[in-house]
Amino acid sequence: MYAFEIERPGTLADAVNALKGEDAQALGGGQTLIPTLKARLAMPATLVSLSGIGEMKGVCIGDDGAVCIGGATTHAAVVREAAAHYPALADLASHIGDPAVRNRGTIGGSLANNDPSACYPSAVLGSGATIITNARDIVADEFFDGMFATALDEGEVITEVRFPVPEKANYQKFVQPASRFALVGVFVAKYSDGVRVAVTGASEDGVFRWSEAEEALSRDFSADAIGGLEVSADGMIADLHGSSAYRAHLVKVMTGRAVVAAA
Amino acid sequence: MPKDSGIGASSKRREDIRFLTGAGNYTDDINIHGQAYVHFLRADVAHATINSVDTSAASQMPGVLHIFTGSDFEPIGGLPCGWQVTDKHGEPMQEPKHPVLAHGKIRHVGEPIAAVVAETYAQARDAAEEIELSLTDLPAVMDMKKAVAEGATKVHDDLTSNLCYDWGFVEENKAATDAAFEKAAHVTTLELVNNRLVANPMEPRVAVGDYSAADDMHTLYTTSQNPHVIRLLMGAFVLGIPEHRLRVVAPDVGGGFGTKIFHYAEEAFCTFAAKQLRRPVKWTSSRSEAFLSDAHGRDHVTKIELALDAENNFTALRTETFANMGAYLSTFAPSVPTWLHGTLMAGNYKTPLIYVNVKAVFTNTIPVDAYRGAGRPEATFQLERVVDKAARELGVDPIALRRQNFVTEFPYATPVAVEYDTGDYEATMAKLEEIADIGGFAARRAESEKNGKMRGLGVNCYIEACGIAPSNLVGQLGARAGLYDAATVRVNATGSISVMVGAHSHGQGHETSFPQVISEMIGIPEDQIDIVHGDTSKIPFGMGTYGSRSLAVCGSAMVRAAEKVINKAKKIAAHLLEASDADIELKDGQFTVAGTDKSVAWGDVTLAAYVPHNYPLEDIEPGLEETAFYDPANFTYPAGAYACEVEVDPDTGKVTIERFSAADDFGNVINPMIVSGQVHGGIAQGIGQALLENCAYDENGQLISASYMDYAMPRADDLPFYEVDHSCQTPCTHNPLGVKGCGEAGAIGSPPSVVNAVIDALQSAGKDVTHIDMPLTPARVWDAMQG
Ligand SMILES: Cc1cc2nc3c(=O)[nH]c(=O)nc-3n(C[C@H](O)[C@H](O)[C@H](O)COP(=O)(O)OP(=O)(O)OC[C@H]3O[C@@H](n4cnc5c(N)ncnc54)[C@H](O)[C@@H]3O)c2cc1C
Repeated sequence: MYAFEIERPGTLADAVNALKGEDAQALGGGQTLIPTLKARLAMPATLVSLSGIGEMKGVCIGDDGAVCIGGATTHAAVVREAAAHYPALADLASHIGDPAVRNRGTIGGSLANNDPSACYPSAVLGSGATIITNARDIVADEFFDGMFATALDEGEVITEVRFPVPEKANYQKFVQPASRFALVGVFVAKYSDGVRVAVTGASEDGVFRWSEAEEALSRDFSADAIGGLEVSADGMIADLHGSSAYRAHLVKVMTGRAVVAAA
Repeated sequence: MPKDSGIGASSKRREDIRFLTGAGNYTDDINIHGQAYVHFLRADVAHATINSVDTSAASQMPGVLHIFTGSDFEPIGGLPCGWQVTDKHGEPMQEPKHPVLAHGKIRHVGEPIAAVVAETYAQARDAAEEIELSLTDLPAVMDMKKAVAEGATKVHDDLTSNLCYDWGFVEENKAATDAAFEKAAHVTTLELVNNRLVANPMEPRVAVGDYSAADDMHTLYTTSQNPHVIRLLMGAFVLGIPEHRLRVVAPDVGGGFGTKIFHYAEEAFCTFAAKQLRRPVKWTSSRSEAFLSDAHGRDHVTKIELALDAENNFTALRTETFANMGAYLSTFAPSVPTWLHGTLMAGNYKTPLIYVNVKAVFTNTIPVDAYRGAGRPEATFQLERVVDKAARELGVDPIALRRQNFVTEFPYATPVAVEYDTGDYEATMAKLEEIADIGGFAARRAESEKNGKMRGLGVNCYIEACGIAPSNLVGQLGARAGLYDAATVRVNATGSISVMVGAHSHGQGHETSFPQVISEMIGIPEDQIDIVHGDTSKIPFGMGTYGSRSLAVCGSAMVRAAEKVINKAKKIAAHLLEASDADIELKDGQFTVAGTDKSVAWGDVTLAAYVPHNYPLEDIEPGLEETAFYDPANFTYPAGAYACEVEVDPDTGKVTIERFSAADDFGNVINPMIVSGQVHGGIAQGIGQALLENCAYDENGQLISASYMDYAMPRADDLPFYEVDHSCQTPCTHNPLGVKGCGEAGAIGSPPSVVNAVIDALQSAGKDVTHIDMPLTPARVWDAMQG
C-alpha cells in the first residue's frame, strides 16, 4: 500500500466535492479496492469513504413499487432488508463471498467495479434496473461497458439502484472453486412484459443478456423452452477453471436451473 | 471405560487455550528493540540473465539502511542440500549452487534478487521499487520431458543438463521385472500427473535475525519445524557460525506441513544482515510472497504398469516418473521422489518384482520439496489408481483384488528395500467395510440416481514409512545428517517435570500427548509435566518434526530418558525405605517395597534428590535429570484402508464428497482425539489435492495460481463429516511405545479413493473414462465426460 489521505464525509454533497480532488477515489466497502491497494496496483492520493453517508444506505420501496437500494448498502443489509420485497435479489446477495465480505462490501462498489465474475451486475441487468448517480440516471442496458468498465464518469457516485420487482426471478451461481465468485452466474427474471436473462462470469465482454433465451422464455417460461438453444463458445472466458466451451455449456445449464427454481 | 488421563486418554489439547485466546507467541509477535525491516525484490520473470542491479537511486530513499544484492553473498556459501542421491550408474546427482540472493541469473519467478533493509517495512518496499534491473530474458524451461531432451535450454549453465539424477530402484531387479511383464496374463498401464501443490500453512514464514556484538552471539527466530536442523545447515554451511554462537528459536508455529522443514534464503539473510548492520532484521512473508517463495510439493509425471497372472496375482510393477525439482535443490528435495517414494511402491501387496525409475529435473519453477506425506502420497496414488484400473479392466471387485494380493505375514521384506515389521491389512479393510457401510452403497447409489446424480464408491489401501529414520540406513542412502532425536527429562525438586524435546509442535499437540506418556510411566498428573521445545539454547540436539516421527522417535527418546530417571529415583527410594532397589516398584506416583506396605511418594524422592540430606551421595549424584538420544532400528509402517463416496453432477461435472471413511492402524495410540484430528486434517489436504488444489504455471514460467483467487483451498463445506477409526492396532515392534505415527496418513491415504470414486461414478453411468488428472475440478470432469 502507498500512503494516502482518507476523508469521511457525512453527506453525499461533501463526498462529491471531496472526489473532485486530484487522484481522489471513492471507497465503498473496500473489498476490492483495499486488496488492490495492498498489492500496490493503485495509487490514489485520497480515499473518500462512503460508509458514513446515511442517505446512501438502506432499502426502501419507491412509489412505482421498485426496490431502491442505497449505493453504500452492504450485501448483508440487502440480505436482511430486501428479502421480503425481492427474494431473488436478497438470495443473490447472501451468496456473495463470506460474512466478512458481505458485512463490508456494497452494491455501489460492486457495480462500479464491474468485475466480469461479480454477481450483482447480472441482477441489475436481468432486472432492467436503473443506476442512480449524483449526476444522472443510467439504465442497466447502458451501464455495463465490458470487463471492469462502466458508463460512470470520473468522480461519479452511485447513490442508488432501483429494481423493478419481477413476478418471478432466480439467480443460479456456479462457483469458481478458488475465489467462489461466479464461474457462470445466470439471473432470470420474469416480468409481465417479458423475461430477461443476464449472464455473468462467462463472457470476455462482462455481463450480457442472452436474448435467444429471453425470447424463448417469454413465449414459454419453462426449462424445456431453451432445450433447443445452443450457446456459442466464441468470446467466452477460458482460464484455469474452465474452457470457453465449458462456460458456454454452463450458461445453458444454469439458465435452465434458474427457470425451474423461479417457477 | 475410556481413560481420563495417561496413555489412551483423549486429554484436551492444553496448547489450544493459548492458541484460541490469541495468547500464542508466533515469530511475527517477536519484535526486538531497534529492529529494521527487510523487503525482498523478487523476480517477476522465470529465467533471465542479470546484467546489472543498480541500487544507487534506491539507496537514497528515506529510511534505507542498506541494500544487499547477490554479489554481497559471493564470498559466503549458498543454501545447502541435505541429501545426495546416487543415480543408476552410481554417480552422484548434479547439484547446482543455490545462492541466497540471485547472482548472474534469475531462475524462477519469486527468486530474491535484492534485499532492502530500512527503518520501516513500507520504506523498504518503496525503495525496492527504485532498484533498476537490467535483464536479458531467456526461454523458460517448464515441461520436464522437454527439459531433458537434447539441446534444451539449461537452467544451470554449469551443469551438463537439466537432469538432476536418473535413479533406478532396484536396478538389479530391472531385468527380472521386464521379464515378468513379458509373461504377464494381463498388464494395466496408467499415465498420470501428481499435481503440484502449495502447502499454505495458516501462518506464512517469518524470520528475525539478531546479533549481539558484545558476546558475538547470533539469534534467529524463525517459523521452523526443526530449529536444530536450521542451526546445523545455516551455521555450518551458509554463514560459518559455530553452534555455540548461534541460537535458533522456533516459537509457536502456525502449521508447517513440511514446508517449514527447509532452510530458506530469508533465514540466512536476516541472520547475516543483523550482524552486518548491527540491527535486528525482520522479514514477514505476505501470503502472495508465500506462494512465490515457500517450497512447493508433489509435481510428478508418472507412467505405471502392473503385471498380473491369470489368477489376478500381481507379478510385477514398473514405473517411470519425472519429478520436478524446480530451479534449485531445496533441503530434502532429492530424497522425496527416491527414498520416500520408491521404497513404498510395494504398498500393501506382495508383488514380488518392482522396478522404479525416477528422473529428477530442473525447471524454471519454485523449488519442490516435502509436503505432508512427501513421496509416499505420490507412491500410494499411482499404485492404488493402477490397482483400481486393473480391477475394472478385469471386471473384478476392487476390494477383492486388493485382498487377494495383501501381504499377510510379518515381518515382510519388500523387493524395494524395506521390511514391514507388523501390520494387518485384512483387519483394516474389514473395519473399513464396516464403518463405510459398503454393503449399503447400492441403496445409496439408487437414491442418488433418483436425484439425477451419478454416485461412485472408491476404495484404496496405503502404507507409509514413518518414524524417520534409522541414521545408519539413511546415511547409506545419501542423507547428510542423522535422523535420531533427543529428550531431556528434568525433574524438579517438588516432583513436577519439564521435558526438553527435539521434536517441534506446530499443530500436532505434543504439549498434551507427550506429558500423557510420562504421566503414565510415573503415575503423576499430566499437569505436573510440561514440554519445552523449539529453542536450541534450551533443548538437546534433536532433529525436529516431519515424517510422522515425533512420537515414534523423539517420544522414544523421552521414554528412555524417563526410564533412566525412574531407575535413579528407585535407588533414592530404596535408600529412603532402607530396601534393595531391586525390590522397589513405582505405581501411581508411589514407590513401594514389593510385598510390604512400606512406601514413599514421588515428591519425597524428588525432594531428596535436590535436598540430599539423607541421601546415598557416595553411590549416586544428587539431582534428577536425564537425557537420552534415540535412533530407531527401522521405519514404522502405519497402514490402512480408506473409502470415499462421491456424487457427480452429470450436467456440470461437479463432484461432492458424500462420505469419507478411514480405517488406520497406527499401532498404539496415546491420545485418540489428537490422532483423529491429525487424520481429519490430512484427509482435508488429500481431498484438497484430489478435487481443488492446483499450482499452475503458464509456459513462460508465470505462476497462474498465485493467490486464493485462483488456488483453491479446501473449505469446511467442501468436506463431509468423516468416519475415522484407529482401533486396529498392530504395535510397532521396535520402539518402546509401539507407536507408528499418524501425521501424514490422511494426506497419503485419501486422494486415490476420491479419484477411484469419481471414475466409478462415471463408468457406472456408462461413461468411457478411465482416468482424470487431479484436481478433479468440475471443468475437468465435464471435459472427460465429453470424451
Ligand atoms: C473474499 C471475497 C469474496 C468475494 N466474493 C464475491 C462474490 O462471490 N460475488 C461478488 O459479486 N463479489 C464478490 N466479492 C466482491 C465484493 O462483492 C465487493 O463488495 C465488491 O466487489 C466491491 O464492493 P466494495 O463496496 O467493497 O467496493 P470497494 O472495494 O470499496 O470499491 C471498488 C471500486 O468501486 C468504487 N466505488 C465504491 N463505491 C462506489 C460508489 N458508491 N459509487 C461509485 N464508485 C464506487 C471504488 O472507487 C473502487 O473503484 C468478493 C470479495 C472478496 C474480498
